[in-house]
Amino acid sequence: MILILLILIPFLTGILSFSTKGDGPKMLALVSTMLSLGVAGYVSGNAFSSAISFSQPWIPTLGTQFSLLADGMSSMLCLLTAIVMMVVMIVNVNKDVEKPGAFYGLMLLSQAGLMGVFLASDALLFYVFWELALIPVYFLCSKWGGEKRIPVTFKFFIYTFVGSLMMLAGLIYLSLQTPGLTSYSWADIARAGAALPADKQIWLFCLIFIAFAIKMPMFPFHTWQPDTYEQSPTPVTIILSALMVKMGLYAVLRWLLPVLPAGVAYWSDTVILLSVIGIVYSSCIAMMQTDIKRLIAYSSIAHMGLMCAAAFTHSYVGMHGIMLQMFNHGINITGMWVIVSMIENRWGTRDMTKLGGMATVTPKMAIALVVISLASIALPLTNGFVGEFMMFNGLLRSDSAGHIAILAVAGLGVILGAVYTLNMVQKTAYGTAPSGAAVAKDLSVNEYLGLAIIISLVIFLGVYPKPLLDLTSGISALLVH
Amino acid sequence: MANLVYLVPLFPLIGFLINGVFWKRMPKTLGGVIGCLTILASFAISLGIFFEVRAAGFQGPVIVNLFDFIQSDKLYIPFSFQVDALSTLFLLIITGVGFLIHVYSTSYMGHDEGMVKYFSFLNLFIFFMLLLVLGANYLIMFIGWEGVGLCSYLLIGFWFKNRDFTNAGKKAFIMNRIGDLGFLVGMLLVLFNFHTLSYHSAPGTAGFFEMLTAPGSAIPASTCNWIAICFFIGATGKSAQIPLYTWLPDAMAGPTPVSALIHAATMVTAGIYMIARSGALYSLAPMTLNIVAVVGLATAILAATIAIRQYDIKKVLAYSTVSQLGFMFLALGVGAYTTAVFHVMTHAFFKALLFLGSGSVIHAMGGEQDIRKMGGLGKHMRLTQITFLIGCLAISGIPGFSGFFSKDAILANVFTQNPVMYGLGILAAMMTAFYMFRLYFLTFNGDFRGTEDQHHHLHESPAAMTIPLVILAILSIVGGYIGLPEVMSEHNAIDTFLAPAVTNFGEHKLVPATEWGLMGISVAVSVIMIIVAWSVNRKPAFAVNTGLAKILENKWYIDELYEAIIVKPLAAISGLLDKFVEKRGIDGVVNGVGKTVRWGGDRLRLLQSGQVGFYIFIMVLGIVVLFTLSFFWIK
Repeated sequence: MILILLILIPFLTGILSFSTKGDGPKMLALVSTMLSLGVAGYVSGNAFSSAISFSQPWIPTLGTQFSLLADGMSSMLCLLTAIVMMVVMIVNVNKDVEKPGAFYGLMLLSQAGLMGVFLASDALLFYVFWELALIPVYFLCSKWGGEKRIPVTFKFFIYTFVGSLMMLAGLIYLSLQTPGLTSYSWADIARAGAALPADKQIWLFCLIFIAFAIKMPMFPFHTWQPDTYEQSPTPVTIILSALMVKMGLYAVLRWLLPVLPAGVAYWSDTVILLSVIGIVYSSCIAMMQTDIKRLIAYSSIAHMGLMCAAAFTHSYVGMHGIMLQMFNHGINITGMWVIVSMIENRWGTRDMTKLGGMATVTPKMAIALVVISLASIALPLTNGFVGEFMMFNGLLRSDSAGHIAILAVAGLGVILGAVYTLNMVQKTAYGTAPSGAAVAKDLSVNEYLGLAIIISLVIFLGVYPKPLLDLTSGISALLVH
Repeated sequence: MANLVYLVPLFPLIGFLINGVFWKRMPKTLGGVIGCLTILASFAISLGIFFEVRAAGFQGPVIVNLFDFIQSDKLYIPFSFQVDALSTLFLLIITGVGFLIHVYSTSYMGHDEGMVKYFSFLNLFIFFMLLLVLGANYLIMFIGWEGVGLCSYLLIGFWFKNRDFTNAGKKAFIMNRIGDLGFLVGMLLVLFNFHTLSYHSAPGTAGFFEMLTAPGSAIPASTCNWIAICFFIGATGKSAQIPLYTWLPDAMAGPTPVSALIHAATMVTAGIYMIARSGALYSLAPMTLNIVAVVGLATAILAATIAIRQYDIKKVLAYSTVSQLGFMFLALGVGAYTTAVFHVMTHAFFKALLFLGSGSVIHAMGGEQDIRKMGGLGKHMRLTQITFLIGCLAISGIPGFSGFFSKDAILANVFTQNPVMYGLGILAAMMTAFYMFRLYFLTFNGDFRGTEDQHHHLHESPAAMTIPLVILAILSIVGGYIGLPEVMSEHNAIDTFLAPAVTNFGEHKLVPATEWGLMGISVAVSVIMIIVAWSVNRKPAFAVNTGLAKILENKWYIDELYEAIIVKPLAAISGLLDKFVEKRGIDGVVNGVGKTVRWGGDRLRLLQSGQVGFYIFIMVLGIVVLFTLSFFWIK
């Protein structure tokens, strides 16, 4: 029963938010996300020992149930969603948006959708939440976004929606293969999928995986992403990059790897190769960017590329590393965007060539930027390191030249990542400040608090990743056996 | 005492946290005091541990487990420290020399507004450096390894308003990262083949070295070679060897005490520590040892040639450091691991001394670093001059000074393995004596060549700076006596001390006559080169360099070469990817699909004309087609 609260709290407060005005929506959202965090914390605490589940009949004629399940992975992602949403609300307390009621309402509805995606253990329910998370984001981008928002969000929506429909077709096909009556429950779908002959699994894999590949996004299905990140208002960019891309990866782990093992075995080398190419490719492009938002967008593609590659290595350690990295990437990129939005608010530009001197003018902000950048390039003792190390571990499946080469190419991302990230730090934080920068104020109390949460997690999970590892060891083992 | 080893890195960490959190409000003096005291406390504990290790007869390592760092499936990596002779010796060097440099910094950085921040970075550096040498497995070493790289980056770019300085910091970090990737891949190969990263077995974890040396273990030489090469790539980055050495001279952009501590005495010797620590591995990979020796020797010579024609006092010392590190790798390459560590120690003393001495000079000259504008400084700063001279004598290998013993030990070991390499080593040693005394004479002898204003300001540095100089000068003399050559004494203290932790590879015995002879040669060439340096630089004239001298002044154009073959092509390729593949290629296809659908929709839309006659026509057409089809279908 407690699981349904994770969806209901943001859903109901989201609806309520549409009818409030002034500072109401902000406060409502803040309270709502804090409540969600409490519940998510409780659920995660329980998930250490055993998974919580919830099930109610929903549409019996279709064979679908309203069933939720919070195991280590699901509860961790719910916790991540709750933390990220709360940080977003905290740092936005002193900012004003047009039509706040609608804005925060849509944000919360999207949160409800995300929670549902991570919790659903029924394929049809999963699909419904998958779209429910997307639709509010579409409205948020197209209403509150940048200048080119209309064509960009249109492309984003169509692109991901085409993928979703293919996934739906795949899931319906699978549900028809279940023994007895049609069923969408995870266990039945997985059993039906695994029983299919290999050739069927191979094309079903394509159908379903494309939806996830677009969402993650995996090279070469990524081109919607930099534009969308750039045009979205930053709180929405955070939802997109910290949480929605995890939907794609989560879906691969939950709804693909166990469901179509023969299809996965057939395609895994291709996916790994594409992902690894994607790491180097997007790192190279990131080096050419001058807009910080686009730079981070491409760096995120590189990070997701490593996670996607590791997902297909069928290695326990690699899988465990992905779990860690899903959480930590979400935390780090949230911190990154928070700082980017502060830069944009204070200096009115995201063009690195026009920035500089943050360390002199706003030193606290500069320190936060440096710490989060270091986490993003996986410096040891920050949270980015252990997961990356474990994923590399997974990539080295044998000491054949081919696998070492794959590892080395993926490793190039480590070097290139340092190049573009330190370049960004140098251009924004160091050097002399542009004229007019002297008036920029350093962190306000709420911004300080938001970044303090992020940085504490960066250091704590970097030094002591054990809680996350313990939480997700069961599911990691399950996924590779 | 050894069980308290976690306190050694803990103190600097606390110092970092205090100074780091309160960097804005903390008074400068207090920040400096905290910075120094934490290192002093670490030094005191290190001394205690040292005596305990010595008293225990240097027996096996003590492993202190702090907490589980990573546990996943069969992968288990504890956060644990290892105390043995090797780590203890490094503890003493790091905290001892580190403390002196902290004290020196209180005066050198006393006028800098960022002094508290500076001390917090310096403490953080010591913390990571201690992790590096204390770790009981490669992953903890790696944490320290990347951590010191971070501190180096932060301190090189300490004066962050200057674009050149932050560029130098960035360059250091990135070149180190290239090496770090080698280290990382090496670790993954160890994990893949041995399922552990711990050096020695401890509860819950198997020992890598024990597996290597276990009788009857049939580990293919290729496996050992690959792992050893990967580790060595890591070492070339951190310890500034060919091809990754170019960051170190640029790193001189940082404050001079940082150059002394990080870029001479401690961090850059991490690569030597790593290979000495992995001696059991390298002894099974003789091919890699040869590579190490060749790279070390080549670096020693290349850097020495460059140092001959540099005019920046710190750049000369920087290339000298690269060259000396090359000597250490040469020693490692011939399997004389303990000798390499011995040279690490003596080098830490005299190179820290030389850098701090140059700091004293730069301080007196009001920031001027060009030796062409110096000269005759000895009259004004006698103490700096004398201590600097001691440093020069030590590095040149003049008998009685520490560098003599360690460098001679290296050359003797090389001679037993390969006389040609020995000859080239002597060549590098010759150049060392020459460029160091060129530097000395140009700085302290002759007439002052700077401005009248600078001349007026020349003064000896305050006690906080000169006392560390004096202590380091004493160490630069006596430090060598713990490693007396065999012909002088039966008892080589450092080899005995390190023996349980590090086992040398190969036979390094010489007949006494040969050893005396070799010693005579190296002393003779050094003395001759000092005299040459004196005669050449008695009446210095600085014409524009041409020919070889110009090439040397421009460092063999290696930076330009890297720029042309790596940096520019990478940028060009990335630009092409961005412009053509990304925007026109991939996104072009995606948009193309969208446009095609829209175009198709536009065409199909025309069918919805709204004319009933047209619809009926289409309907009839459809019926005819269906009938025809069903007719054939049935047949």
